Amino acid sequence: MFSLKTAWRFLRSGKGQTILILAGIAIGISVQVFIGLLIQGLQTTLIDTTIGSNSQVTVGTEENYGEIEDWENIVHRINQNVDGIRFISPTLTLPSFISIDDERESTLFRGFDLDRGSEIYKFDQNLVEGSLPEEKGEVIVGIGMRDNLGLILGDSLNLFNFQGQSGDVTVVGFVDFKITMLNDSWIISNLPTAQEVFDRNDTVTAIEIQVERVFDADLIGEEIDLLFGGNYVVTNWKEENQELLSGLRGQDISSIMIQVFVVIAVVLGIASVLAISVIQRSKQIGILKAMGVNDGMARNIFLYQGLILGLLGGILGVSLGLTITYLFTLFATNPDGSPVVAISMNYQFVILSFVIAVVASTSAALIPARRSSRLEPIEVIRNG
Amino acid sequence: MDKILTLKNINKVYGTKIKTQVLFDLNLSFEPGSFNSIIGQSGSGKSTLLNIMGTLDRPTEGIVEIMGKNTVEMSKRDLAELRNKSLGFVFQFHYLLPEFTAMENILLPVMMQNKGVSQEVKKRAEELMEIVGIEKVKNNKANDMSGGQQQRTAIARALMNRPKLILADEPTGNLDSEATDNIYQLLKEINEKYRSTFIVITHDKKIAERTDRVIELRDGKIHLDLLR
Repeated sequence: MFSLKTAWRFLRSGKGQTILILAGIAIGISVQVFIGLLIQGLQTTLIDTTIGSNSQVTVGTEENYGEIEDWENIVHRINQNVDGIRFISPTLTLPSFISIDDERESTLFRGFDLDRGSEIYKFDQNLVEGSLPEEKGEVIVGIGMRDNLGLILGDSLNLFNFQGQSGDVTVVGFVDFKITMLNDSWIISNLPTAQEVFDRNDTVTAIEIQVERVFDADLIGEEIDLLFGGNYVVTNWKEENQELLSGLRGQDISSIMIQVFVVIAVVLGIASVLAISVIQRSKQIGILKAMGVNDGMARNIFLYQGLILGLLGGILGVSLGLTITYLFTLFATNPDGSPVVAISMNYQFVILSFVIAVVASTSAALIPARRSSRLEPIEVIRNG
Repeated sequence: MDKILTLKNINKVYGTKIKTQVLFDLNLSFEPGSFNSIIGQSGSGKSTLLNIMGTLDRPTEGIVEIMGKNTVEMSKRDLAELRNKSLGFVFQFHYLLPEFTAMENILLPVMMQNKGVSQEVKKRAEELMEIVGIEKVKNNKANDMSGGQQQRTAIARALMNRPKLILADEPTGNLDSEATDNIYQLLKEINEKYRSTFIVITHDKKIAERTDRVIELRDGKIHLDLLR
């Protein structure tokens, strides 16, 4: 108690010094909070645009677009046995061609259970014209293909493949996937339509999965692979996006480096100010020791100063950091008003930053505290 | 009656390469409740002796017994406690903590026991302030007082824990002659009222003459030991 009270008095009496050091901690921690949240936001945005509307784990066959017959059983077993699955959608993908008037285009004709497929590909949200297929023989088409071929709602398309199978479908809607490749080549129907056009039985070519935690995709993939004893080929987004992954990792490392160096700068700042403070107050410490303060109490006076500075600086720093982050999302915006980087609040990270501020400040006080502990009262008394 | 303080064969040598001996084989003991003065020219070793008596410095050789306990063998922690409970210091400089008020400075020796300040303790601090005559500046910070007031505060602080032994090193060295007289009058009154033992260093022979016992140091040895 005495050490704490004295620490508080020392801090209050050196107001200028205390305000400077608090500003140092606050700015350091606010930068740390801001950079951390910004990079996390960037990564979330990047991951979301890259794989947010895509299959993250795919169960398929050895050969491309090979048939899976007991797909309902597979879906059931995955749902029963594997944790962390967000959405699961069986799909029949059929590479094919269409001809309309005299033009021919290669396309990817894909049949989905539309409710489940929408969970991954957001057909409903991305529909720009018309409606989703409801009856057999109805399809929706990417807007790229619409523009290339000059399609309008109600047009009939003739689909055919290398095996010489063919069938007609009717366009009932257009979708914008926000990805050119998909917009140019995808034709979507429900499963029965896709199965019927090319005379497939009740089969699919793949089961597409989105997972709760995208970075666990490889683990979940392995788990599924194990579940079916290697009978199917299980791929995940991580092995298909190595460059994105190493980019993210690089971002992570640079973000951590920035944060670490900011904290080191804060620690050095506190340590040097407190070291000066010990020298400035060596007279007081000496006389306190002459009057009966023991070494431990003398040490604690400075540790408490570090702790108080850390607590106050941490609160200030976190508030300032969150304010900067908020202002950033408010003013750094795209033309449509949405923030350049969508930043979301990560309480764990913010609390961690606060804890770092407190721990760093207290440990920065260790060296001055030790000096205070070792100071001999006679040095002060003898030298006046 | 047992001696409050006994020094046996005290030697003090400063320096390791070039050795300077300041105290030579001193033997002294002090009666409880006595008022003693130590005089001597500067460099005679009187401050070193006082610091050794107060356990702030350790002798190179010899034994320092305070109330029968050999302090040379005590740990730093125990010494700190002994100083807090049994010793009071008054120095030439007041050494008040500028971060605290006069009242708080006087309460420091109690506060550092981490016991909390009771009403009784507060009353005692106020009583001491009245005795030393600083009740008007009790809420002033240390730097907002005159030199005399500061020194009186330091005296009150030294008395706060009712120490048996009070060590003072030229307590009036920075004060004018009128203030000096008042302070000695005050120390004498306290000595009589509380029966605390005083050992006071001074270079003022007139003051020394008014004490029970005068010890004169010369070149680290006892030159004169006058008991009245």
